[in-house]
Amino acid sequence: MDGLPIGLGYLSVSFTFGIMAANAGLSVLQAVLISALNLTSAGQFAGLQIMIAGGSLIEIALTQIIINSRYSLMSISLSQKVDKDMNFARRLFYGFFHTDEIYAVAMGHKGKVGHIYFLGLTILPFIGWTLGTGLGAVMGEILPVMVSNALNVALYGMFIAIVIPKVKAEKSHAFVVLIAILLSSAFRYVPGLNKISSGFAVIICTLVAALLGAWLFPIYKKKEVPDGLQ
Amino acid sequence: MDYSKYLLYLLVMVVVTYLIRVVPYVLMRKEIKSVFFKSFMEYVPSAVLAAMTFPAIIYASDNPVTGMIGLVAAVICAFIKPNLLLVASTACLAVFISGFFLG
Repeated sequence: MDGLPIGLGYLSVSFTFGIMAANAGLSVLQAVLISALNLTSAGQFAGLQIMIAGGSLIEIALTQIIINSRYSLMSISLSQKVDKDMNFARRLFYGFFHTDEIYAVAMGHKGKVGHIYFLGLTILPFIGWTLGTGLGAVMGEILPVMVSNALNVALYGMFIAIVIPKVKAEKSHAFVVLIAILLSSAFRYVPGLNKISSGFAVIICTLVAALLGAWLFPIYKKKEVPDGLQ
Repeated sequence: MDYSKYLLYLLVMVVVTYLIRVVPYVLMRKEIKSVFFKSFMEYVPSAVLAAMTFPAIIYASDNPVTGMIGLVAAVICAFIKPNLLLVASTACLAVFISGFFLG
């Protein structure tokens, strides 16, 4: 059930990706393949732009590394969260599905998580992401702008639903969130800093805010995250 | 788009993204004891989600004012009842309704 809101959110975001890919001259199959094999929003949008522009393979590789390296942090973090039943082969398989939202929901889940939980968590988002891409590519721009505007904020709404309970429970999380927000605003608005790509900016914000938090407010006892996700 | 060129692009994207996700996942088998590292990992989700949400949410719709209204609605809703689907739909509704009035 935890995967349902993610799947619905992905459906709308990937729909936009499908439209963009179709406009760029990709076939429906090509667009769907990109989504099914990458399962990353920002990385795909950037990759698509490089494809359209006819950029080099090095460029596309570097962009993916910069935008997606946050998944490395998430994978390290998840490696501490999963059950013993998540063995080598399962990690090779399930590691593919680590996205911002799946990561966030898995981390918000009480206690350790096993591979059955991951199966349930990842299947709907995966279907939503590939299906949305296909629909977007097939139908093109049929959604009125007002509806797509509203759907665009769905993913952010989910992020907020995950962060707020932690902020409410722990002042240290409020501090980390504040630092992250200040930094990401700086990357958006300060001249010079706003030249840095958004994927890279997110990495810097995350590292600085989480390191500051760990340095100033180390957590000695393992505390349960409030379970607000059910 | 030319298929062979497309497949090369796709291959590079897929391999790079997969390795980024899976290599750290497979290598980190043991539980880490360091308090600093554990605390850091505890804070990463809050930090990454906050950095991705703000200020991006304001520009997720065409009009920054409606984006701001969506943000405020989502935060209030999450304080009262932090349910994923509920908060996400509250944000969508807030943007949709305010977009109706503000154009």
